[in-house]
Formats: sequence, structure tokens, C-alpha cells
Amino acid sequence: MKKLIFEISQPGRSAFSLPPTLIKEQPLENYLPKELIRKESAPLPEVSEVDVIRHFTHLSQRNFGVDQGFYPLGSCTMKYNPKINEDIARLNGFVNVHPYQPYNTTQGALKALYHLELLLCEITGMDQMTLQPAAGAHGEMAGLMMIKAYHEAKSDHKRTKIICPDSAHGTNPASAAISGFDVVTVHSNDKGLVDINDLKELMDDQVAGLMLTNPNTLGLFEEEIMEIATIVHEKGGLLYYDGANANAILGKVRPGDMGFDVVHLNLHKTFSTPHGGGGPGSGPVGVKKELIPYLPIPIVKENNNEFYLSYNHPLTIGKIRSFYGNFSVLIKAYAYILTMGNKGLKEVSENAVLNANYVMSQIKDDFIVPFGTSCMHEFVLSGQLQKEKGASTLDMAKRLLDYGYHPPTIYFPLIVKEAMMIEPTETEGKETLDEFIKVMKDIVAEVDKNQSLVHNAPHTTVVKRLDEVMAARKPIVKYTP
Amino acid sequence: MARYIPNTNEQQVEMLHAIGVKNIEQLFDIIPKAVKFNGLLNIPGGLTEMEIIKYFSSLANLNKTTDDYICFLGAGAYDHYVPSVIDHMLSRQEFYTSYTPYQPEISQGMLQAIFEYQTMICQLTSMDACNASMYDGPTALAEACVMAYSTQKRKNKILLLDSIHPEAKQVVSTYLQYRDVDIVQTTLETLVDDIDENTACLCVQTPNYYGQVEKLKELGEAIHKVKGLLVVYTDPISLGILQPPGDFGADIVVGEGQVLGNPLAYGGPYLGFFAVTGKLVRKMPGRIVGQTVDTEGKRAFVLTLQAREQHIRREKATSNICSNQSLNALAATIYLSVIGKKGIKDIAKRCLVNAHYTYEQLIDTGLFEKVSDKPFFKEFVVKCKANVSKINDHLIENGFLGGYDLGDGLWLVAVTEKRTKEEIDLFVKVAGEVV
Repeated sequence: MKKLIFEISQPGRSAFSLPPTLIKEQPLENYLPKELIRKESAPLPEVSEVDVIRHFTHLSQRNFGVDQGFYPLGSCTMKYNPKINEDIARLNGFVNVHPYQPYNTTQGALKALYHLELLLCEITGMDQMTLQPAAGAHGEMAGLMMIKAYHEAKSDHKRTKIICPDSAHGTNPASAAISGFDVVTVHSNDKGLVDINDLKELMDDQVAGLMLTNPNTLGLFEEEIMEIATIVHEKGGLLYYDGANANAILGKVRPGDMGFDVVHLNLHKTFSTPHGGGGPGSGPVGVKKELIPYLPIPIVKENNNEFYLSYNHPLTIGKIRSFYGNFSVLIKAYAYILTMGNKGLKEVSENAVLNANYVMSQIKDDFIVPFGTSCMHEFVLSGQLQKEKGASTLDMAKRLLDYGYHPPTIYFPLIVKEAMMIEPTETEGKETLDEFIKVMKDIVAEVDKNQSLVHNAPHTTVVKRLDEVMAARKPIVKYTP
Repeated sequence: MARYIPNTNEQQVEMLHAIGVKNIEQLFDIIPKAVKFNGLLNIPGGLTEMEIIKYFSSLANLNKTTDDYICFLGAGAYDHYVPSVIDHMLSRQEFYTSYTPYQPEISQGMLQAIFEYQTMICQLTSMDACNASMYDGPTALAEACVMAYSTQKRKNKILLLDSIHPEAKQVVSTYLQYRDVDIVQTTLETLVDDIDENTACLCVQTPNYYGQVEKLKELGEAIHKVKGLLVVYTDPISLGILQPPGDFGADIVVGEGQVLGNPLAYGGPYLGFFAVTGKLVRKMPGRIVGQTVDTEGKRAFVLTLQAREQHIRREKATSNICSNQSLNALAATIYLSVIGKKGIKDIAKRCLVNAHYTYEQLIDTGLFEKVSDKPFFKEFVVKCKANVSKINDHLIENGFLGGYDLGDGLWLVAVTEKRTKEEIDLFVKVAGEVV
């Protein structure tokens, strides 16, 4: 058992001291009313610097990153995070800049933001971008509020609904709800694509828009996208592109050309910025020109090669967070795009799609493939065959841990039973994929021959499977001595 | 092939053959011809690492930093000292290249770190539970308002004290603009008239936007009388010396965690912390790490109470948030470990003493006037006899980042533990040179 930092605390130990001061310090009561002064110190740990370093180093050793091994986590695009981008984001001129400094002292930062917006517009085929959303879901909220504002500005108040496919990420309906919409679900057809007839029936003058991921969460391209766009637009709705799967389309097809009016990107997926163990991410949103007036403020502008922030936009949806976005993350994505260039970005999607199809072709006979025979950058398998033999998808995922892999996304999308969603990304080579394919086949064989190995997996990790029911039933969410 | 793509041409051919297609293009045939993008995007060709470094260094050099200028600017982002060990630990790939800890067996490191983070925030705020962090302070405040409103559907008024940071107030308005709820700004004087049975929550910032410390006790009593929630937006550094909001009956405590070991970074990424009383745990937005045991009875940590979240509840989730600022929360955890029980008090007191010294020195010049007698922490407002933007320009020329210009001659000055007597004396002297 790894001790908590509080459990290694020793009274009187410290890893920090302030320099001496020449200002005469008086008792706290001379500055503050007595009733506002803290009576009991916060019981923060008392540790030395070595304690801190060892503790967090040990913790890191109990965590698994992309640099350690293959991470085929569908829908998450766990590609390699280039080291040079980390160095660049840590340049003094980017780290130690206050967001309220005068513009003439932040021209480098503003120029980077301005140029990144232009690049992302070109990549997505949109007319203008905001870099402010802190994550994909935050981008969804901003995008949907712009859709709301667009309809409201036309005095079209009856559009209270947003359509989401049944295969959509949970954030789509949740973001629609937070933006004040009711959610309507459009079903997938037997090919795993949006059911056009269902969509036609649902689409009326109360629908504000349709949210779509393309390729969708099954890794399939919505080939009838032009008809979908026509159905939505003819009834006055707008089309929202969830960029979760944009790694499949760079330089191949642009959401703007497919008829999407609003697009969000996940820089922490498609543009290689690290996931950071759950964040920070970044979710820029691009819009077509009809929606520009509603973009969140501020907007980065340029005048005679001087960059500044513009706040005077009467129709804006407003401010969606403090300051201007997750700046360091944006810098990393900008460096990535400039490193890859136009040809490199195309190769990203080509290899992402090639790798996914290769893995799919090699293991499709070992599992049930619910939809299609080929895929885009990811594909979904069903572990139903193995489930019938007694080993669930969860069991197989846990067994992958023993082989040194991060498992695929499991039990999503919800429309596939025992789902396993595999996204290799372009930063893996054929040898890595071949090893993974072999391991998947080995596990399938274990299900037949040595099922307890799979059932009781993982065997090699620092902890075994956890009692999640107990965690939720009697939540312990902080340390108590 | 581009840098970060390992497949060789030969391997591509082998893979295509195994798939049973002639070329890569065939894999994209599914995209309708009418929309397919042909040719190359109008963005530059790829740059080498040497070119990238050169370009970004030139951009970074166009910015001035808190190394170039001695910083007296705050207003929501603060120039606190960031101990060296933090970035060494954040740079460990096991942390920064990992995904959300959904596979707890290989994510105990991040899960335990977040559990420690949650504990430390609870210790500082004197609250029972805390989530794994949110985008930033203002969005945490907005989520608190959403929570107060959506858990008490019959109430549809949200009261914001006007001394809350203007950007935070704007974010609250944005988040709630399409809900059936009234956001009402109030003051300590008008509060009594504005508060009623319909009020879902009262939000107060302390120390407020102007650096002043608010008296929470009366506010808590007033809102609890009508069964609403007291939401407190606070500076965690101040809690080294200020009585924590939990002791005054706060129901939700949120705030900007940048000050806990995160650099200014031109406004982000930062983190918002979000803490609640025990009875509100299951209503909280965002991820939460909980303690449990594994099959062998060993203590372990896991993301818990997920039935509140979007991937389970979809449109009925408590929030649409699908991430946390893990790495920033990790920075905060390491920061609070380094400074520890004594350090948080020392730093808070140094800020307090420095700010009061600066304030008195400015007033003593006769060129700056008091605008309030309320107690303050590390930031304060003075009225300038000279033009504020002229003062700030003159300070810049002399190597200082001056305070925030509030308009009407009002100047918001922040003084952290980093400032020395020498720096403050020179700042006051230079500021006083403008007439």
C-alpha cells in the first residue's frame, strides 16, 4: 500500500522558506479583525523536499502514459506527445506573462493565437475560430449557445430541440441540456449510420440543429452527409460537428465543405497536446460567417500587424471562461501543426486510417464486427462471442493490462453490446500493431483454454480489480486521520 | 514520412495488402467525391525542430514577462512563486501523457494525487468534499450556480454580490443565459431587499475583486433563512490566515487555483476548485476520486459517483464537463505539499504584510487616496490623483507592471510574497512621479 502524503508528514518538517524581509511584520490582529483570522491551521502535510520528490515519483510509477506503451483507447486519440512542444510551451516568454499586461508587451502571444486561428480555419473549412473553450465539452457548450443565439436573433424562438444520434458521446446531449435545449435522439440504421428516414421525421421547425461526429463513434464515415445536411438546412436547422474523430479527416475532407455550420476540435486528441491525466485540454470552435457575431469574447484582431483583443460585440454569447483560453496548450498545438505541415497532416490521417484498418482486418474473425468491413481511424468490436463463453469485455480489457497495454475504450458506443473501441493512431508502427494483434489473439485463446487467467486479470498491476460499488455507496473522498 | 509517423513505405504496402486494398486512397473512397478535399491545405509545409525552436523563440521574445517587469498586477491572476520541484514532477511522462484514470489498476498514481488534492482543498476551505477540479475559477462559480439552480428547481433567482470579479460574473451570465433563471446583482446594502424565498443561492467573493475580506457569517445566515445556498468564491492562499468559508456555513466553496503553483501562462491553463458540504456530494458536477479496496483488500482509489456524469446520465447529468484540470490540480497538490502547514501561513502573511506596507507607502505620498476602510488581503484599491494609464505607462518604462486600471481613477494593486521592500519602495517612488 502506498502511503498518502499526509501519512508521511512529520510535525515541524518543511520544504519551503521565505526570504527574510525588511518590512516590519506586526501580529495578524493589527491587519485583520479578529473574527476573520484563522484559528486552527489547515492540516497540510509537513514534509521535506526529498519526501515530496520521492512521493510523487513513486506515484508517477503507479501511472501509465503514452511514452510507456500502446494506448489504443478509442475516441481519445492517444497519439505521441512531441517533446519539443513541451519545451516551447515552457519558454519564459510564454510562461511568465500576465493575461492583463498591455498589448504592446504581449504581441508574441497574440500573434500566435491569431495565426493558430487561421490555420484551424483552413484545416476545418470554417470562417472564424475561437480558441477559448477549455475542452471539447466546453466547446460544445459554446457552439450550441451560438446556435441558440443565431436562431434567437432571427426571432425564431420555437427551436428548442437538438438532435443527437444514439451513438453520440454523452457530452453531446449533456451540452445540449446545459445550453437550454431538449434532446431528441436519432437512431442508427443497420449499417451503424444515421437513419435518414428517422432524421427526416424528427427534423421540423422546432429543431435548432443536429450534432454529428463524422466519422461517427463506430469509426464509420457518414457517407450520406450531404443529404443529412440538406435535410437539416432545409428545415432551418444548423449542423454541429463534434471533432472528436477529426484525426481521420485532416487534409482529406473538411467539416466546412460537408455543410457543417459549427465545429469543435479537441487539440488534446487530433493536435497531439498531452491529455495530462484528464486535462488540461483545449476545444476551439469554428463557425461559418453567419455565426461570427455570436462568438464568445474577446476576439483576437489584427490591425497593421499589431494584435489586440476586441470585446465590443453586441451579439456575442458572452464570456465562457476567464481570460483567453488554455494558452500553453494552444502553443503546443500550433507548434505541432507547423511541424507537420500540410503534407504531414494528411499523412497523419492516412496512417491513422491505415493502422485502424490493418488491426481490424487481422482480428475481425476473432470477434463480432457489428458494423461494416472497413473503418476510418478507429473501429468497434463486440466481445459477445467471448461473453457467451464466460469472459466479458471488461475481463479481456483487464487482461490486456497484464500484457502492458492500455485497454481500448469499452462499453461505448452504447448501441454495441460488449463494445471494444480500438484507435491505434498514426504514431504507432506496424511492429507495435502486430504485437498487439498477437496479444488480442492470445487472450481470445485464453478465454477458451485458461479462462480464469482472464477472469481474474489483472495479475501484474499494483492493485487488483477494485470494489467500485463500495466506493460509490459509502463515498470516502478525502483523507481523515 | 512526417516526423512522429513510424510506418515505412514498405510496411504501408504490406498492410494494404493484408487489408486487401490497392492504396491508401481506397480507404477514403467512402467520402463522397463532391466534398472530398483534393490537393493540399493552404498551410505551410512542415518545419524541422531547429526551425520550430527559432520561430517560437522569436514569438516568445516579442512578449515581456514578469522577469522583465516587477509585477504589481493581479485582478484574478497572480505572480506567486512557483517552486522548482513542481515542473520536475509535472514533466514525468507517466503523469502528463496519461489519459483520464478510467483504468484504476494502472492509474493509481494520478488517482491518489487527486485524492490528496481533494483532501488539501477540503483542509483549506473546511469543507467535506471536493471534486477533481474544473476549468478555472469563473467556470467553477458558474457550475456552482447551475448546481444551486438545478437542485432547487422551484427557486429561480441567483444573487451575485457586485464585488465578484467581473469576468466571473460574466461567465455565470453566459452559463445560465438560456435557463429560466434571473441573475441579480446586489450589494451588502441592498441584499436584504433582494434576498427572498425564490433565491437559489447567494454568491460572494472573499477576498473580493477589490481585495477586501467579506464577513461571511451574516451572509450565510441571511441566505439560509430562505433555504438557499451560500456560494463562496475565494483565494486559497488567503486561507492560510483567514477563517475558512466552511466555518461560516458555506455550502459550496469555489475559486481560482492558479495561485497554487501554476504559472501565469497568459491566462491558462488554470484550475477551478469546487468543494461542498457532505450532503451535497452527490449533486456535485465533475469527476470525483474516492477511496476503496481491491480484491485483496488493499486500499486503492477510483473515479466514483459517476452516476452524476455525462457519460452515464447524458442530458440528465449534473454538468456536461468531461475532463478536469488534472495536471494543474497535480501542480496544486505538489505546491501545497512543498509549502506545507507552515508555508501557507507564512506566504499568506507575507502577502498581507507586503500589501499593507505598499498601501501605506502609496497613501503617504499624498498622491493616492483611500477609498475604503474595509480589511484587505493581498490586493487593494486606491484613488489616484494622476491619470491611471499615465502612471502605468510610466511604471512600464521603469520596469514595473502597474496595477489594474478600474476606471474613474481607481487603481487595483496586487502585492504577492515575491515582492521585497526595495521593490515596493521603488514602485511607490516611480508611481508618485506622475502628476
